[in-house]
This record gives sequence, C-alpha cells and structure tokens, in this order.
Amino acid sequence: MRRLITDTMVITERNLVRLTRAPDLVIAFTVQPVMFLLLFVYVFGGAIQTPGYDYKDFLLPGILVQNIAFGGFVTALGLNEDLKKGLIDRFRSLPMARPAVLAGRTLADVFTNALSVGVLLGTGLIIGFSFHASFIEIVGGFALLLVFGYAFSWVFALLGMLVTSPEAANSVGFLAVFPLTFISSAFVPVDSMPGALKWFAEINPFTIVVNAMRSLWVGAPAGNNVWGAFVWSLVILVIFAPLAVLRYRRSAGG
Amino acid sequence: MTSTMQVTDRAGSGAPPGAPAISVRGLTKSFGKVRALDGVDLDIAPGTVLGLLGPNGAGKTTVVRILATLLKPDAGSAEVAGLDVVADAAKLRHSIGLAGQYAAIDENLTGLENLVMVGRLYGMSRAKAKVRGRELLARFELEEAADRPAKTYSGGMRRRLDLADALVAKPPVLFLDEPTTGLDPRSRLALWETIEALVADGTTVLLTTQYLDEADRLADRIAVIDHGRVIAEGTPDELKDRVGGERLEVRLSEGADSGAAIRALTPMSDESPTAEEGLVRLFVRGRSGTIVEAVRRLDEAGIGVEDLGLRRPTLDDVFLTLTGRAVESADDDEEDKP
Repeated sequence: MRRLITDTMVITERNLVRLTRAPDLVIAFTVQPVMFLLLFVYVFGGAIQTPGYDYKDFLLPGILVQNIAFGGFVTALGLNEDLKKGLIDRFRSLPMARPAVLAGRTLADVFTNALSVGVLLGTGLIIGFSFHASFIEIVGGFALLLVFGYAFSWVFALLGMLVTSPEAANSVGFLAVFPLTFISSAFVPVDSMPGALKWFAEINPFTIVVNAMRSLWVGAPAGNNVWGAFVWSLVILVIFAPLAVLRYRRSAGG
Repeated sequence: MTSTMQVTDRAGSGAPPGAPAISVRGLTKSFGKVRALDGVDLDIAPGTVLGLLGPNGAGKTTVVRILATLLKPDAGSAEVAGLDVVADAAKLRHSIGLAGQYAAIDENLTGLENLVMVGRLYGMSRAKAKVRGRELLARFELEEAADRPAKTYSGGMRRRLDLADALVAKPPVLFLDEPTTGLDPRSRLALWETIEALVADGTTVLLTTQYLDEADRLADRIAVIDHGRVIAEGTPDELKDRVGGERLEVRLSEGADSGAAIRALTPMSDESPTAEEGLVRLFVRGRSGTIVEAVRRLDEAGIGVEDLGLRRPTLDDVFLTLTGRAVESADDDEEDKP
C-alpha cells in the first residue's frame, strides 16, 4: 500500500511536470469551455427560456459539468501515447505497484480539472454569474465537480488503452461524451425537449449532476440530486477503475 | 575463480553457481490463431550475451516480452536469475532491465527527470535516484543534456537514455529488443561498446536483432528462431561451420573468360562454381593449399586474375541456409508482435 501511494505520487508528479512542458493540451481544454460559455450566453442565451433563473446562472453549472467530464481527455491521450511509445511496457517491467500508472494519471487530472474549473468560474463571475448559496454549498459544489471529474478520468483511462491512436481516442471520446452532455439539463431545461429525448435527458447521469450543481450553487430545488450525483460518480468509478486496471495489466503495448 | 563467483552472485537470487541466468523450456504462446511461440528452449550462461536472431514475426519480441514479465506464456516455463517469470514476476522485476525497439522515455521530461522517475519507481529515495541518475548520465555522455527535455535529443541520445533507464537498478539481466534499429552507424557503434562494457561487468544480456553483424559482434551464442521455434543454436563460428566450408572468390581480370575459369576450378568443388560479372565463387571443403591450387589451375588455363581470396560464410549465409530467406532489411520496421 505504501508502494502504491509513493508510485502514484511519482507518476502524478511526472504528469504534472510534463503538462507544464507541453501546456497546449491543458490550454485547449481550458479555453474551449470558456469559448462555449461565452457563445452560449451571448449567442443562444437570449433565445433560451430558463424560468426562474438568469441564463448565466443556469448555464454555468452545466458548462462546468460538461467541462469536467472532458478533463479526462488528457488521461486518454497521454495513456495512449505512453502505450505507443513503449513507456507502458517500461512501467510494467518495473517493480512498481500495478495500478499506480493509472492512479497517478487520474490524480493529475484532478489538478488540471481544478485549474480549468477556476478559469471557467472566474470567467463566469466576470460576465455576471452569481452564487445563491452558503459557503458549505459552494465547497460541496467544488467537491462534486472534482469527484465526478475523477470518476470520468477512469472512463477515459480505459478508453485511452482500448483505442489504437490518440486521434481515435479523440473521436470516440467526443462521440460518446458530447451527446451525453447535450441531451441533459446542462444547456436547456429538459422540459423543452421532445418526448424520447426528454425521457433520456431525465435519467441521464449528467442531468443529475448538473441539477445537483444548480441546487448547490444557484439554489435550485435539490430533490435527491446531490446525493444522486455523488452516488453516480461512485458507480462510474467502481465500474471503470477496475476495468481500466485490468486492461492495463493486459496491455500489449506498441 | 573469484570472478566466476562474482558473476554467479550477480545473476544471483539463489540460483546455484553455474546455473544459467536465463533458462527457457518449451515456451508456447498463441495470439488468437497465430502460434507465435511453438516450444522454445533457451539457456543463457551468466555474464554472456545470447543473440536471438530471426526474421520479422519469428517470435523474438514475444520471447523477450514473456521473460520481461509483460506477457504470460500459454505453456512451458522460464526462469530468469533463478526466478520463475510467472510465479515470481513481482520479485523478478527488481532484477531485470528492458530496453525496447522504441526509446521508451518521456520526451517532455529532462534526461535526469526520466532517470529519477525510474529510480523512484524501483523504490529508491529521490536523493538516491538523483545520484544514480547523474552517474548514468555521465556514463552515457548525456551530462550536458541532463536538464534538457528529452524531445530535444537525437535518436542516438534517446536510445542511450533508454538504455540508461534500463540500468538504473543495476540489473543482473538485461533484455535488449533490437536496441540499434534505426540508429546511424556511429551511434550503433557507441551503443555496442556500451553493451560490451556491461557484459564485461558481468551482466547477462538477451539481445534480439535483425542485424547479423550486430549478433556476430556482440553475441557469445546465437539462437536462430523462425516460426516460433529455435531452429539452430551455437556460437557464431559453429553456426557458420554448419553452413559449409569456406568459399573461394576469384576476381578475374578485365576480359578474362569466366567460362574457362569455371572449367578450370570445377574439380576443386563438389558443386559447380558460379560466375557473375567477373566474380567466380565456389565452395571448397576446408582443404589447405586451396589458394595455391586455384592459382596454379588458373595460371595453367591462362586466365588473368586480379584478386582472389577465401571467405568464411557470414551469418547472412547461415540465415539464408537455415530459413530459406534473407534477413529482411531493418528499415522494414514491422515488429513481430501481435
């Protein structure tokens, strides 16, 4: 267990250091949601009815959740690159704790996710987002974002080892996550969608997490959303972390 | 005697003195319907180099991957440094180093950072890993590049860093999977010298290569592998002897009649000589006085000779005879894995 912790720290450090050397990826994943936020607020904002809320207040939690789900892309791309370059073979030939490569990767994502949440929230505050929440609720919202993002990093970890190239990781990831985040309450009220979509949007875990964020930060009625959101994050983690580690143990490399 | 003791001690971990550092019995491995290994046996004595030679897809990389604990065999057994590659895999990883076909380094980290990372993953403290890293950088002439990201390194520098990574824990057994593929001649030579120095220090090396000159220079013994089986094994000289005797090569003077030369030399060989653009070749069965006899016969037939000499078979000849194929060029960089 001590080995797992030190090895995980070594890998986390490695991934954070290398991000500072090649910051383009992180910048891309930080600038893109800011662009989304601005486009949605100023292009679509006027046309979308969000009864009871200012659209900025409605949108920001949604964009934050979408953004955090994509944070794991850094893991998918990085792992795939490591696999192709033979680094995973090297790691697997070392006497290190088996899950440490993935645990270190996903932990590094938490830091980059925190950074992009900060940038996005900062932009939101500048254009007029305002909290309607207690201090505890605000902290709870941050915690939820990071936990959900961490769980999703494991989904991307698995993806990164299943696909044959970083390009494929990109396309598959976008194809899978993009519709999931759009057919949810992230950008528009679910009630405005046609029947089948509405049905899907209501059971979509993204909706639950977005609603939880809204109840934590802008005072929407919570229902079971907050607990539900944490439970969903845990379910994702419990399913995908073992799958990813199993896949890592078997990864053939090259 | 003391040096022998030291060698066996390094190959160590309870293996009895004189026991092979690597011992492989009946190894098989299939990927789907493809039988990559079909009963491979190998023995490598401590402090020696075994060259694993074979065409692409022969199973070389699969052998290395199994011995480096990256892959489990379907059947058969393998011991490295006295440890079973499956049952004792976790323990064995302390005693092996692996340098692969690609330089497995993190290009965004500096040379030193790469080595420190690997050292810490071997369980060293940060300080100890740094000391070891500096040592290796000095040894591989990477000191000046120590604090530059590895993406700025040349191909030769990357391979050296990769090899340094494999040596962080001073492993008694080293696996080198086509270590010089894609390197320029100068870098190749430098890497060969490094490998020779390691072996002189008692490291046991399993080397796969497509370059026959590399195997000839580095390997104490060579195993030729094809279709997942070892089809020949021995020292480079033994293998060359198996191909047959020496070959006489006669370079005729300009305008000389090669037909006449063939007729003159035919009695010297069991097979008929060949002629190609003024170069006549024939196999001779290791008789002494061959050159004198050849000169006398050609002289009597009045055939002008520019140059003539005996050539031992090369490993290329060995390879061609054993597998019926020439070695593929290494530019054709298709590695033999699933």
